[in-house]
Amino acid sequence: MTILDLYKKVYLIRKAEERICQLYPEDKMKTPMHMSMGGEAISAGVCQALNKEDQVLGSCRSHALYLSKTGETDEFFAEMFGKATGGSKGKAGSMHLNSPENGLMSTLAIVSGGISVAVGAAFANKRIKNNKITAIFFGDGAIEEGCFWESINIACLMELPILFICEDNGFAKNTPISKRHGYESISEIASKFRCNVFEEEGVDAEVVYNTTKKALDIMKENRMPCFLHFNYYRYLEHVGVNQYFDEYRPKEEFEEWRKKDPVELLRKRVSEEDAVRIEKEDEQIEKSISLAESAPFAGKEEAHKDIFYEKDKL
Amino acid sequence: MPEKKKRIKIFFMRKISYKQAINEALIQEMERDPSVFVYGIGVPDVKRIFGTTENLVEKFGEERCFDTPISEDAMTGFGLGASLNGLRPVHIHERVDFMLLAMNQLANIISSWRYGSAGKMKVPLTIRAVIGRGWGQGFQHSKSMYSVFAHIPGLKVVLPTTAKDAKGLLVSAIRDDNPVIVMEHRWLYYQEEEVPENLFEIPIGLPNILREGKDLTIVAVSWMNVEALKAAEVLKKRGIEAEIIDPRTIAPFNDEMIIRSVEKTGRCIVADNDWIDCGFGSEVAARVSEKCFGKLKFPVKRIGFSHIHCPTARHLENEFYPNAEKIIRTAEEMLGLSPADLSEEEFYSYENKFKGPF
Repeated sequence: MTILDLYKKVYLIRKAEERICQLYPEDKMKTPMHMSMGGEAISAGVCQALNKEDQVLGSCRSHALYLSKTGETDEFFAEMFGKATGGSKGKAGSMHLNSPENGLMSTLAIVSGGISVAVGAAFANKRIKNNKITAIFFGDGAIEEGCFWESINIACLMELPILFICEDNGFAKNTPISKRHGYESISEIASKFRCNVFEEEGVDAEVVYNTTKKALDIMKENRMPCFLHFNYYRYLEHVGVNQYFDEYRPKEEFEEWRKKDPVELLRKRVSEEDAVRIEKEDEQIEKSISLAESAPFAGKEEAHKDIFYEKDKL
Repeated sequence: MPEKKKRIKIFFMRKISYKQAINEALIQEMERDPSVFVYGIGVPDVKRIFGTTENLVEKFGEERCFDTPISEDAMTGFGLGASLNGLRPVHIHERVDFMLLAMNQLANIISSWRYGSAGKMKVPLTIRAVIGRGWGQGFQHSKSMYSVFAHIPGLKVVLPTTAKDAKGLLVSAIRDDNPVIVMEHRWLYYQEEEVPENLFEIPIGLPNILREGKDLTIVAVSWMNVEALKAAEVLKKRGIEAEIIDPRTIAPFNDEMIIRSVEKTGRCIVADNDWIDCGFGSEVAARVSEKCFGKLKFPVKRIGFSHIHCPTARHLENEFYPNAEKIIRTAEEMLGLSPADLSEEEFYSYENKFKGPF
């Protein structure tokens, strides 16, 4: 069943983002889009390996993570359109997606900011003994902020049930790793900490799934956090729905990676019948988009709510 | 069935110090609620954060009272994560200067977490930060910075002055389902007063009149209440009755009591324990000017740190901090009085500690 679940996830993400690409120029979705396209396999594979109750946090490039963890598109699109029916009633937009009821605690626009939050969540889970795993998704750029190093140190020191998922696309915004890293390998450095390190290409959701399963098994045994490093290729620009290859990376590079496209790879492994059935997800997406477009914006008073939790104003 | 005996709540009062009051609040809240835990750099070490974390690790174990790597930034996000999963963390910074490393977590992440989730999540996080002044602490060990935190929506900021407030406000902070920063002035740790032995809350957002008077309102923050009290004692000798109001909470800021007082006195000094420019004192001055404009007999005056960095040498350091004398001189100016001879007055200093009571 896993292969079908995985295909369902990567297909949903790809389709949802393709629709965003088409609709974004209409300027009705007024939220900066950091597209996941090309990286679908990582979120899909990791989330498939996790339990529903497990918790995840991500960066501002988290459409794939949201859709993998929740499987829902109504609140997703409504939030993109800034509508009252969005998960955060339009307060969050694309960069701060959250769905705590589905275990997505939040996604953050400060690249390393959520890593320490995930570590604290993992600490609480260990303390409460609820067997929940926390997975934090971040890009290769986040590693350059101090919070990453502080956080991995703390997690390893305290032996916390956490997966560090590095989604490495080789670029921080438009700056390549060669201009940013004074060392060769992220995984090699991570391996010096008391954690389990895995490194794979992040284009095949089955590989990601199997790697994550293996990591979870080992973590159960030796109680050490896991660091999973997945390479992938970001199909689109840092923010927005265009490509701009010539500006900072050659198109040939993209063509090479395109040969192992996360959606195409899995499509070949499912039966035609199953694929057609799954591709009917299009209907779900179209329904969500039209619901979102016709939904009202939140009233102005909504802007002033939720600064503080107030007992009497539930 | 025998009738259940009615429990009579008896409030045992006894004299304890400000730091003992903090310690007692922590111990009693940890006993009451197993989700409360206390952590931070040096929390269980030999010094025990000036004695405020005494006996915690012995009573509750390392699981609920622990030391951390010197990672202020990540350990602050850590508190947020733990609070989201149902725990009630109390994170302690031995000096507020160190908390500045966590500004990203505070300003970008913690403060907006609930808002970004449109109210789906709660952040019951308490952060204690020690502020201000030993001698010779210099410019990276002696800041206050509270107006910076109060500037950010989504953070509550409280500054207890009395031992009773230290206990009651910390209890409220721990029980609050929002991020609360509790800032404690080191020099207040020694003062003693009657504090209830049982658990009690002092509501966040409720100011306190420390002294009643009709001629002048002094709004003082944290340690400056001690200086204001001394100033009031000296001014009384010339028949001037100063009213001292301790806001206790500066965010969210409730100005009602201050406005009522200034409507009565027509004069207002803000004695801040922080830099003046763009500070909390400026906020008070603006609100008083807006709301009491027609009733003011003199423009609102602000007192606070000089706009320099805190120098280390004592005689230079004296140039940095405001004190009772500064309040007296300002009051005299506002009341049209000639400067009194203060040579016989005894003021508080590092050596001459304020022991209370208020």
